[in-house]
Amino acid sequence: MKRKKRIIGIVAVLLCIASLYLVQKLLMPKYSADIFEGALIEDYYNETTEHQVVFIGDCEVYENFSPITLWEEYGITSYIRGSAQQLIWQSYYLMEETLSYEKPDVIVFNVLSMQYGEPQNEAYNRMTLDGMKWSGSKIKSIFDSMTEEESFVEYLFPLFRYHSRWSELTADDVTYMFSKKRMFHSGYLMRVDKKAAGSVPEGKILDNYQFDDSCYEYLDKMVALCEEQDVQLVFIKAPSLYPYWYDEWEAQIESYAKEKGVPYVNYLEEIEEIGLDFSQDTYDGGLHLNLSGAEKLTRYFGNWLKENYDLTDYRENEELAKIWSEKKDFYDEMKEDQYRELDEFGYLKSYGAREVTNED
Amino acid sequence: MLFTSYNFILFLVIVFILYYCIPKKFRWILLLFASYFFYAQAGVELLLFLLSTTVSTYIVSLQLLRLSGTQKAYIAKNKTVLNKEAKKAYKSKIKKKQWKWLLACLFFNFGVLAIFKYTNFTIANINSLITAFGGTKQLNFLNLVLPMGISFYMFQTMGYLIDVYRGTVQAERNIGKLALFVSFFPQLVQGPISRYNDLSRTLFEKQAFNSSNVWFGLQRILWGYLKKMVIADRILPAVNTIINAPEDYQGAYVLAGMIFYAIELYADFTGGIDIVIGIGQIFGIEMTENFNRPYFSKNITEYWRRWHITMGTWFKDYLFYPISICKPMRKLSKWSRNHLGEAVGRKLPVYISTLVVWFVTGLWHGASWNFITWGVFNGVIILLSGECAPLYQWFHKRFRVENKIWYSAFQILRTFLLMSSLRLFDCYRDVKTAFSMFGTLFTKWNYEVFFNGSMLELGISTADYMVLLLGVLLLLLVSLRQRKGSVRQQMAEKPITVNLLAVYLLFMAIIILGAYGIGYDASQFIYNQF
Repeated sequence: MKRKKRIIGIVAVLLCIASLYLVQKLLMPKYSADIFEGALIEDYYNETTEHQVVFIGDCEVYENFSPITLWEEYGITSYIRGSAQQLIWQSYYLMEETLSYEKPDVIVFNVLSMQYGEPQNEAYNRMTLDGMKWSGSKIKSIFDSMTEEESFVEYLFPLFRYHSRWSELTADDVTYMFSKKRMFHSGYLMRVDKKAAGSVPEGKILDNYQFDDSCYEYLDKMVALCEEQDVQLVFIKAPSLYPYWYDEWEAQIESYAKEKGVPYVNYLEEIEEIGLDFSQDTYDGGLHLNLSGAEKLTRYFGNWLKENYDLTDYRENEELAKIWSEKKDFYDEMKEDQYRELDEFGYLKSYGAREVTNED
Repeated sequence: MLFTSYNFILFLVIVFILYYCIPKKFRWILLLFASYFFYAQAGVELLLFLLSTTVSTYIVSLQLLRLSGTQKAYIAKNKTVLNKEAKKAYKSKIKKKQWKWLLACLFFNFGVLAIFKYTNFTIANINSLITAFGGTKQLNFLNLVLPMGISFYMFQTMGYLIDVYRGTVQAERNIGKLALFVSFFPQLVQGPISRYNDLSRTLFEKQAFNSSNVWFGLQRILWGYLKKMVIADRILPAVNTIINAPEDYQGAYVLAGMIFYAIELYADFTGGIDIVIGIGQIFGIEMTENFNRPYFSKNITEYWRRWHITMGTWFKDYLFYPISICKPMRKLSKWSRNHLGEAVGRKLPVYISTLVVWFVTGLWHGASWNFITWGVFNGVIILLSGECAPLYQWFHKRFRVENKIWYSAFQILRTFLLMSSLRLFDCYRDVKTAFSMFGTLFTKWNYEVFFNGSMLELGISTADYMVLLLGVLLLLLVSLRQRKGSVRQQMAEKPITVNLLAVYLLFMAIIILGAYGIGYDASQFIYNQF
């Protein structure tokens, strides 16, 4: 009798744990209908091969660079580990995590996040951190990123954070319980629509233009980590017109890069050379580039990479060619779908998101 | 450390594991350390208050014990030479000394409570008086933070001291044990206000692990969390919306607010006590019940016998009876019997004691005229309902309604609405607003708001209302089952799978439907503030 009770007890506990896991999976946001960028970080783990170039940073990388173009034009394999309002320490820990999976030749870091010296916003934290697999890097990133209202327990058990989503569940929450909707192109979030940039106002006057010490601390860590791993680190400032990039910020980055011997390119100063036309190449008035803009920037950047680094052209590699050809097909299909949606509705209704999961 | 915080859950799990891992004789010591650790989370400096109450009570209780011992020894030694009068005179002399010790300790401890709880209230009243008499000078308020749970542990400890003085409790010689009685962490912040004889029976006992106790305790804790997190905290935004904007929410909204607050207060306070008693139970410690299905009361007197029972009995034993039988009251009673008649002479002490008790009860709940008015109104209604008792009896007999279900339901509803109306003083910012809002129940005829979607604009959604409805139905169902005894006991008689399923559903309901985490305000238990 006692034995029977014990078995029932054990089975009950196991069932309880299993159901908690399933409920957690069900209630976690799927980012399948909007705010797609919430699923970007997790998408990286579907990659089956290593990359020569890895981009790390905020929306200025995942909206502005197209790894498919980099492959097509230069045979360079690349991936963007980008997420919305990615803070510099999050970038560092993503870099650390990425280097535990692969060893790229070049890591490109977009420096816009130097402006934030403190945790900013729980929703953005979640978009970067929830998708990461559990590791020391993730734990450190969580502790450094948490705002006052956040708790580590809610990262450990996201069910405690998302429990109240029960009243807003949709069919997508069931469909994408175990595998997210396929939306990205090696970390690039495609947008083909256009919204021309108007006149760019001067940035508002700040009390202090000096980057926070903690940002420099993480920049130092990035430099040290890349040196240790023998990876070439490159700093960039993507050519987004907003948020405003101050001259004072530029001077600090230039000086730091020079001091550390890290190449730095500010693409805001090379808009003409890239061929960007902000009446055509942005979908939100200059904050982010659309597909046409991203492809132009990527071509320009790929050329710079080729000129400066000895990166192998893998287009002749059968295995990689097959993988990237499949990626290209998906890229083209989405492009086509988005143009069709634009024609049909006048706006991007589903962003060309096909009902396929990463496992399909 | 809120009971609903992750830190508290972690703390509880660690204490629980350690408790059953260490030798039995050290378990009460672990609870003492845990209690002080728990209290220190609110501020290490606050431990001074806890310590001062414990040490002063310990010293005085030992003095009382010593004096009792001296008295016994003296009488035993001089048994043959002391006549009855001499013994009486000696006892009276000792009692006087004990009384002085008791009084000193009561003054010291209640003085601390009064300073922290009532100084700014007194200053506010003095300022109002100065203004009323045309003065311009105003006293500055003091920056005093009320130590957590002081009203509860102070009453519990002073009750213990009075019992020692009365000789109904043997003074505790081990200061550690007394310290644990004062500070036992589950009950420290919102009661129940335990009696030493009740709590000490199991608190210091060498507890062995008892799976049945742990299982029952766990069920009670979960039930408490369900009440607090799924019901009380979910309805809170609607209550706040209504009471914080009396200029916008009147009439039907006041009625809704009364009902919502009744639900919130019940779920919050009884939920908190369920958690407290459940925690005690998993450690093998029995605590006094504080509620007995109060919303099923048929009159206000019965309600107060069933709501916050330990506070009610504390006031009855340590305030009502002493006032009723004190010398001045006996004199007043005698005088009024002679001059105003037998009935008045008999009732006057009861009336005065009742009003004093309810004035103090109001004051205990909070340093504001709202609570004092609330308390006095309770007292007055209790007295009035006592006066009307013969009329009710006549009515019941004449119309033969006493045992009719519909009449019982009417009495329950009447009491519920009466108590809910009185709680308006608890809700609104001042007495005037409370009266004014009560008036709008009859003057502002906007009851269509119950049907035109306005109730969805109070900060809670349709989904919230659905959860609340289910939650309240569950409370009702459980309360009805409780008429047949402990629901957990009834459940235990069912197959183990039914029990497991019930606990699982309870657990999942809290996890999924609980109003906690980001997006919800971390809400303190209402009675923590007292």
